[in-house]
Amino acid sequence: MRPFIKHTGIAARFIRDNIDTDQIIPSREMKTVSKSGLKDGLFAGQRYISGRKSNPDFILNQEPYGEASILLSGKNFGCGSSREHAVWALKDFGFRVVIAESYGEIFYNNCIRNGILAVQLSADEISTLGQTVKIDLPQQKIDNHYFDIPVADKNILIEGMDAISATLKQKDKIDEFFEKDEKKFGWKYP
Amino acid sequence: MHMAKTLFDKIWDAHSVLDEADGNCLIAIDRVFLHERTGSVALESIIENGYSPRNPSAVFATMDHIVSNKVDRKADDSRTPDGNVFITATRDAAQKTGINLIDVLDEDQGIVHVISPELGIAQPGLTLVCPDSHTCSQGALGALAWGIGSSDAEHAIVTGTLRVKKPPQMRIKVSGKFKEGVTAKDLALHIIAKFGAAGAKRCAIEYTGNAIREMSIEARLTLCNMAVEFAAFTAIIAPDKVTFDYLKERRYAPKEVAWKQAIQDWKTLFTESGAHFDYEYEINAEDVQPTVSWGTSPAQAISISSEIPENADKIVLDYMGLSKGTYLKDYAIGGAFIGSCTNSRLSDLRAAAQILEGRRVKDGVTAICVPGSMAVRRAAEAEGLDQIFLAAGFEWGVAGCAFCFYAGGNTFAPGTRVISSTNRNFEGRQGPGVRTHLASPAIVAASAIAGHICDPQNLKEA
Repeated sequence: MRPFIKHTGIAARFIRDNIDTDQIIPSREMKTVSKSGLKDGLFAGQRYISGRKSNPDFILNQEPYGEASILLSGKNFGCGSSREHAVWALKDFGFRVVIAESYGEIFYNNCIRNGILAVQLSADEISTLGQTVKIDLPQQKIDNHYFDIPVADKNILIEGMDAISATLKQKDKIDEFFEKDEKKFGWKYP
Repeated sequence: MHMAKTLFDKIWDAHSVLDEADGNCLIAIDRVFLHERTGSVALESIIENGYSPRNPSAVFATMDHIVSNKVDRKADDSRTPDGNVFITATRDAAQKTGINLIDVLDEDQGIVHVISPELGIAQPGLTLVCPDSHTCSQGALGALAWGIGSSDAEHAIVTGTLRVKKPPQMRIKVSGKFKEGVTAKDLALHIIAKFGAAGAKRCAIEYTGNAIREMSIEARLTLCNMAVEFAAFTAIIAPDKVTFDYLKERRYAPKEVAWKQAIQDWKTLFTESGAHFDYEYEINAEDVQPTVSWGTSPAQAISISSEIPENADKIVLDYMGLSKGTYLKDYAIGGAFIGSCTNSRLSDLRAAAQILEGRRVKDGVTAICVPGSMAVRRAAEAEGLDQIFLAAGFEWGVAGCAFCFYAGGNTFAPGTRVISSTNRNFEGRQGPGVRTHLASPAIVAASAIAGHICDPQNLKEA
């Protein structure tokens, strides 16, 4: 996974509450069994008008936001379906950061797993951000705003950790756990 | 001194393999469930990366999301264009990795959160994950069950663990008696409307109280199912005699000596007096009314006899084709759907059939029932419920998620108002421009008959 240290980019403002993962990528846009090639499906419900023409009223169709790498939104962003395709579509489009008031839990975790920084800021703080935004993860700063992030998530992003190989380094401990567990809770192991 | 533990703490601690000190824990995962829509990607990625399941017998895959719901479906038939690739990819990858596959034409096939309890796969005290947000349903059995993404599913299958931050905890106590006609679905909508769509604050919620104790497992599944709709990590209900009676003799439930050991362990799964919760709330069951959503978030729900709120968002009202100050019963419907992991079990179908018996669906209403599993469908048919649905003018499909969401293919026409026993009323969820109202199966049935949103109590005699 690509490590995340610092990033400066164009911030697209899509401020609404409860943007669910069906909106981020509608189910009908999940056409192949793949994690890539999903950028055309991103926000497909809003991005296109009939005949799949670009909707001029949608932010990502307005210059310079076709080049945006930071997305600003409201409360409970990414609620709903667990589909990781929502994160893969954002990533495929070029987004590296989402800044919102709060997140759907599964979406948030999916972001971290894919090297996307999902930051929580207040609506007031988000409203002060300009067209270009600068993020420093080690310092936990967005422009001049300090942000909180769980240490565990920060570490994963900075290291660009491959979660499975990192865990497999602990295989002995996992084996030991399951050995004891099977002795104690035999009914769990048919 | 012994720190009093919550039910959640007990299961969490029993599964803690490693505390990584930065807030993350490696939690042992007992069971993984997959479905073809998101599980296919996870399995293919495992194979591509040269990994294999740590314990393939603990991994189950079903086909539910985009399978055809037509009675004469074939093994690869999808209800969405090109959906067959997800079905065949899941089947192939399941065979290659050696996990348990419940295929389209198997007698056990059905929606993951319906068949996992039905087959006795979800059990008290187990950790169970699935790349599906409604995995929280299975907390109804006293399992610690939660929805994850595909990458985490790969991680759980390959390593037998997940890296998780311990969530905060919330207890919601429901006391008293429900009024006649009020169901677990009404309670779920009532709670979400009260707390808001982000109101559970990523907590693990424990539902307690005498009103919960008196609920069947099927009703508990409905209640826990919708925890994700107000931003919970998951929901859980302490196992009790109702749980044990439900699980006994189920296919994957422990048997004989193992059953006795399991019961002993399961009886220790409760929150100790004085245990700490980050948030505690109490709900009076008498306050819960038959509840229907009016907007495009499950939190936008009201008592069926209340006015559309004065402060309703104009964008939402426009999408839903509603006006402030009007009543839900003023609105004609074009569609009615009974199904989904929320409300497609035998008790749901019985409740709907009781209203449909001897009546006909209003002209112009497309009414569809899709049982949650083939076992539910067979049980309903054994009681003659299929004949009641069909005589009333409902379609009677074969198991799957069906019209709960749109993934391309057939659905209701844009602008159609649909009363639905499902869990999400997001814009476009059931199809472009489709206006979804969430409700209990009884309200869906009564509305299909009346031709407008209707409380079963107000249905005119046939």
